[in-house]
Amino acid sequence: MAPPVTDVSETIRARLNPFPKRHFVSAGDLHPPDVDALLDLADAFVELNRQTSKKLDLLKGRTLVNLFFENSTRTQSSFELAGKRLGADVVNMSPRTSSVTKGETLIDTAVTLNAMKPDLLVVRHSASGASALLAQKVSCSVINAGDGWHEHPTQALLDMLSMRRALGSISGLMVAICGDVLHSRVARSNVALLNLMGARLRLVGPPTLMPADADRWGAEVFHDMREGIAGVDVVMMLRLQLERMDGAFVPSMREYFRFYGLDQEKLALAAPGAKVMHPGPMNRGVEIDSVVADDLSVSLIQDQVEMGVAARMAVLASLAARLENER
Amino acid sequence: MSAMPPGAKSGSPLAFVNARLIDPESGYDGPGCVVVSEGVIADVQKRPKLEAGSAAMKVIDCSGAVLAPGLVDMRVKTGEPGAEPKETLKSASRAAAAGGVTSIVVQPDTNPPVDEPAMVDFILRRARDIELVHVYPAGAATKGLGGERMAELGLMAEAGAVYFTDVDRPIVNSKVLRRVLSYAGAFNTLVAHRPKDPWLSDGACATEGELAARLGLPSAPAAAEKIMLERDLALVELTGAAFLVDQISTAEALECLKRAKDKGLEVSASCSINHLTFNEIDIGDYRTFYRLDPPLRPERDRQALIEALAEGLIDLVVSAHAPAPAEDKRLPFSEAAPGAVGLETLLPALLNLHHEAGLDLVDLIRAVTLAPAQLLGLQGGRIASGAPADLVLVDIGAPVRIDADKLASKSKNSPFDGRRLQGQVLMTVVDGRVVHQAAQ
Repeated sequence: MAPPVTDVSETIRARLNPFPKRHFVSAGDLHPPDVDALLDLADAFVELNRQTSKKLDLLKGRTLVNLFFENSTRTQSSFELAGKRLGADVVNMSPRTSSVTKGETLIDTAVTLNAMKPDLLVVRHSASGASALLAQKVSCSVINAGDGWHEHPTQALLDMLSMRRALGSISGLMVAICGDVLHSRVARSNVALLNLMGARLRLVGPPTLMPADADRWGAEVFHDMREGIAGVDVVMMLRLQLERMDGAFVPSMREYFRFYGLDQEKLALAAPGAKVMHPGPMNRGVEIDSVVADDLSVSLIQDQVEMGVAARMAVLASLAARLENER
Repeated sequence: MSAMPPGAKSGSPLAFVNARLIDPESGYDGPGCVVVSEGVIADVQKRPKLEAGSAAMKVIDCSGAVLAPGLVDMRVKTGEPGAEPKETLKSASRAAAAGGVTSIVVQPDTNPPVDEPAMVDFILRRARDIELVHVYPAGAATKGLGGERMAELGLMAEAGAVYFTDVDRPIVNSKVLRRVLSYAGAFNTLVAHRPKDPWLSDGACATEGELAARLGLPSAPAAAEKIMLERDLALVELTGAAFLVDQISTAEALECLKRAKDKGLEVSASCSINHLTFNEIDIGDYRTFYRLDPPLRPERDRQALIEALAEGLIDLVVSAHAPAPAEDKRLPFSEAAPGAVGLETLLPALLNLHHEAGLDLVDLIRAVTLAPAQLLGLQGGRIASGAPADLVLVDIGAPVRIDADKLASKSKNSPFDGRRLQGQVLMTVVDGRVVHQAAQ
């Protein structure tokens, strides 16, 4: 039985704390109490989002700009919905990028945008460190929605929200992050956040897709997936871009699926009741078998999308609360 | 700034008295006086007061400051011709004079490149008109720096090119480099080559390791340097050429270098002041002024470089002056242009190795004066009667705070910006002319 509207909004207001930093560019910037507070707040937003009337006015009068130099339907619409449900004016921008001018466009666009006085700027860019650079050039709050191979902190937050709701406490959970760790910002943000909150971590993938010294990230590294996911509570799959599969990093799609694709047989090695996650979009039959992906008794993949909106609402509302204090 | 009208090569003789003289050729470090006349060093006396001076002399009391040969910087990039907003030969010359550098070797990767004798002549004529410091052109080893067809090494050498290099682009084709090395031997000229495996380094902007992985930056393993160096040294052995390893930067490569030198090959190595000063931790905040080529290395490598310099395994230090305007640096790290300006910070940063790492002052000075001068067959780099009057007067203990905005270079991309160093250049003299004097 869902509680009435007023209850949820009161819960939300009670749980809302100003964000500890001006910008949200790295999961590594947070401290455990901040993460708990964000997750508790996000839980309340999940309730709100399941009601017929999903709107609040926490961002009323605020302008949220989605600046996506890289295409992403999923993340962009998630931020857009989060902003709109909180009452912000949302503008989506997808500057055209050519290899010659993309850098110039970043700074130029930042300066131009800044003059329009947005309050919150959500950025995705193909270069690591781009969000941090932008944060230095603008006076609004910057939210990193993915910078190169570096970080995607709201993804890590929504992943943790999904895990906590499905499995309870994060502390002590055994999580295996599997696939293309080398090129994955999702993996880097998750490693930072999961380590922070006391999960035990494994990284699983072929040596060609594993960063140098990954064993010094506070995670155990496995090149044999069967060993790597044995006994784990969560199997987090990563997307492998198709152009990396034709002999560049791995010999072929079918070889990758044979050794690193998640199917029922490999999943059976994980702990009983283990959950499967994927940040999307999935390459079915490459890194994950459809049978596993679509089995709602094990798969949290759809939950992740739902949690994405709630987690982003929590981040946006907290950042706005900080802006309020700065006045 | 200039105390004498341009072109006044003779002027009245100068007498530097009460100096701490450092001559890397004889190894002398002690009190002394130097008389400069007609563009050359006329007299050197190893005592604080000058004996038998003449009234016509302009006497400069050094008050115990170090008087050393002017620096010879073998690796300087300007933007002239083709990218003058970055740096011109004139602005680079001013920066050199301000930094106590009296000779610069400008790199051939301009637009158009210096790959034929007319371009060598162009650089020399421009430098003659500017008349500040000595400017020597290096020539391209291959046409258009393309790495495929040998450039006119003989004609360029005749026109005045002092060595040959494809600068940052390794000559991948071993047959081409072999022929360049063999052919250059006929003209007694040096070939420099950057050891960098282009495939391992493709797209990389950091050294492979934990830090680069955490930052999500494309990186190349340190082995990329060693692999190419091993090949280069095998070709040097095959051809017997005189060879300069351009900007060695890793401990592994130093081992290869040592083996080659022990074998008696005619190999020298340079190292950039940046790699002796900074390590990869400095790129931690994605600060693009620390994006260099070769990329900054772990501290372990920096220590190995300092040790190799102290032992003489590394022969010379360069500024690796590479101006890049703000629009090329104010970008995400992986998209920013590599390189740093360094002409004005070379000497104080080098002195830092004396003050902090305890390296011998005479050895350090030798690595930026006599060592490069001898390699290039120049007369400078020493304080002796008859040597060119290229001198720097420096207060080696004076604290300086580097302010990039105040640099004479047109580009301000200095990784030393805001750093405190010791070593203030008081005066720079080229051919007996004062080309720079510190504000009182």
